[in-house]
Amino acid sequence: MFSGRLQEQYTDSAQQAETAQLGMWVFIATEVMFFGALIFSYMIYRVAYPEQFRLAGHETFILLGSVNQALLITSSLTMVLAVRAAKADQQRALVLLLAATAALGLTFLGVKGYEYAQDVAAHSVPVADYIFKPGEHRPTEIFWCFYFIATGLHAIHLSIGIILVLMLTVRAAQGAFSPEYDAPLEVIGLYWSFVDTVWFFLFACIYPLGRAGP
Amino acid sequence: MSAVTAEVPLSYLSEAHTLSSWLFTRDHKRIAILFFISITFFFFIGGFAAALIRLQLLNPAGTLLQPEVYNRVFTMHGIVMVWFFLIPSIPATLGNFLLPLQIGARDLAFPRLNLFSWYLFTFSGLWAIYFIFIGGDDTGWTFYEPYSSNFANGHVIAAAVAVFINGFSTIATALNFVVSTHRLRAPGMTWFRLPLFVWAIYATSIVMLLATPVLAMTLALVAIERLWGVGIFNPALGGDPLLFQHMFWFYSHPAVYIMVLPAMGVVSELVSCFARRPVFGYKGMCYALISIAIIGFFVWGHHMFTAGISLTSAVFFSLMSFIVAVPSAIKVFNWTATLHNARISFDAPMLYALGFVGLFTIGGLTGLVLATLSADIHLQDTYFVIAHFHFIMVGGTVSAYFGGLHYWWPKITGKRYPEMWARYAAILTFVGFNFTFLPQFILGYLGMPRRYYTYAPDLQTWNVLSSAGASILAVAYVLPLIYLTWSLFHGKRAGANPWGATGLEWRTSSPPPKQNFPRTPLVTEKPYRYDPRDGSYITQDGLRFGEADV
Repeated sequence: MFSGRLQEQYTDSAQQAETAQLGMWVFIATEVMFFGALIFSYMIYRVAYPEQFRLAGHETFILLGSVNQALLITSSLTMVLAVRAAKADQQRALVLLLAATAALGLTFLGVKGYEYAQDVAAHSVPVADYIFKPGEHRPTEIFWCFYFIATGLHAIHLSIGIILVLMLTVRAAQGAFSPEYDAPLEVIGLYWSFVDTVWFFLFACIYPLGRAGP
Repeated sequence: MSAVTAEVPLSYLSEAHTLSSWLFTRDHKRIAILFFISITFFFFIGGFAAALIRLQLLNPAGTLLQPEVYNRVFTMHGIVMVWFFLIPSIPATLGNFLLPLQIGARDLAFPRLNLFSWYLFTFSGLWAIYFIFIGGDDTGWTFYEPYSSNFANGHVIAAAVAVFINGFSTIATALNFVVSTHRLRAPGMTWFRLPLFVWAIYATSIVMLLATPVLAMTLALVAIERLWGVGIFNPALGGDPLLFQHMFWFYSHPAVYIMVLPAMGVVSELVSCFARRPVFGYKGMCYALISIAIIGFFVWGHHMFTAGISLTSAVFFSLMSFIVAVPSAIKVFNWTATLHNARISFDAPMLYALGFVGLFTIGGLTGLVLATLSADIHLQDTYFVIAHFHFIMVGGTVSAYFGGLHYWWPKITGKRYPEMWARYAAILTFVGFNFTFLPQFILGYLGMPRRYYTYAPDLQTWNVLSSAGASILAVAYVLPLIYLTWSLFHGKRAGANPWGATGLEWRTSSPPPKQNFPRTPLVTEKPYRYDPRDGSYITQDGLRFGEADV
């Protein structure tokens, strides 16, 4: 992987790099539809049950969500700085920035895992162990369904991103990238930014919007 | 040695013969063959289920299959035919083989992804069939909520997982097509020099990319709901089953266009070549394809007119359904205009193409009947709907698939198929198809509901007619399997361009070499430069041939 060898269907490496980027953009379009369907159905229920969703949203841990938001935004910054370092041929900075990106992603997962443990302790897992708080009815369970499905899917996407960035880090440490060859950094950087952007929307839907009045 | 190589040029088929050279190939042409083998297998599995359905319905009392078995059989027919035959049929086989050739490329943009797509597809198909055989799924291919999550018995989750994985395969293939069309066109191959088949596959791929993820999410939610008993779509727990229908049809209506747009592309190629005339209104055809792809995303509500949606949205979806018929009609008129005053040769591919135009027109017009709010109240969920969509999917798509398969068979295999047998099969398909499905319009009008294992005794005549027609159709589908296989061993060798066609795929040997072209072609001409006066033609790389060369 990431060998940079020109494949037979391309005429030059510029064409190959551009094609890989377009491929990632198209893939992101499908991911937007995938998460879009989920966020859309969440919105439908929020409009249907505003008061119940407000009550349920109040039980989420906005501090942990905000910390995670900050971690991911920072990781997107280190990712684009890594791409810039490759273009400037700063090999040492490249490796460090990639490692930082992966570390920030891993920290996110750690915080998220801690938050899940808090949710379980607060009896917020639908059906299995759910305890209705004062004033809550059935639809609050739907809120928590979406909470776990959406953040879980996001965590899966982020885990894939971390694995990819770690692979990039190893290749970068071996000196695989140069100003002439940085296509995998660009492509995986796009993916990373997308996963970050998804969290933007999930954060907005779950934490602050959940607290807002009807 | 050199004499032998001169006689039989090295092709993608003769390059290597080991099993691993096929299973690990990255050549789009070999992957197309792999897809062809898989979908042919699934086609006959789905066809077997159809045969059981028609046998059951010979008798109004429904004595052949138990009711629960009947439910599983029609579900199996639907799931296998929709996701494991129709959706990949033309794109994954003919599209995979031809798109790089027609744009003058050496391969698709991402060959490994292409091979991966085949593995996903075949794995998910075998998975689906395994679970169908060990117990099955009785939800119908539509997985309607809350039945599928709370009441259905059987392997609903396994079936949903199969379709979910299948979706990854669809997306991988579509992504490859879109990116390749954008980036790998040969010099001079501008957008308005692309053959209409490429346009059709491109438009289809866009629909696949934007619709399939929504289905994936919908089925994931169904599976989660069934697995953990949460209430996403279950009204008893505050969920909304109508939301499921909206999300399901947001994919599944565009899926109809995923099936029929590639067929339109194939038919444009065939009609033009066998009428020896340029496609009438080429640009109009391109815009019509794109319009159908876009408008097709805004008609899904017409599946829900009787489900309790508001009158406002029902009127909107009815109107949009009428509007999407306009670009479809443009295509039918343009094919007809291409045929007008032409010297038509009625070879087997053309017979299939002409069958397509007629059957698609009937299928489309009866779609307008169903899109009419008042008429739909009577016809919803009857055999009228069954007949309507089979006219589009079977009469339309399958006819075009067979037409394309015959037309490009010499290119794919290097062998000619037996023409007379192929004409018999084409005519038999048309006759058998109408025999099977025209009675179903009447049955639906008389009020026979879909998916029931019994029916009122006075409807038996029409049902027997339909089942008789299905037996003719079965013969018509088995025939090509026999003589096409025969032609692999005994068919005459085909030249590079046996039909005298203009596309770049005919400018390389049959079967093509692994690299497709000895050198990258330079495109100077629009497609379909056939001269109606003497049948001569100019290929897309600018060479003129007389009729004598055909």
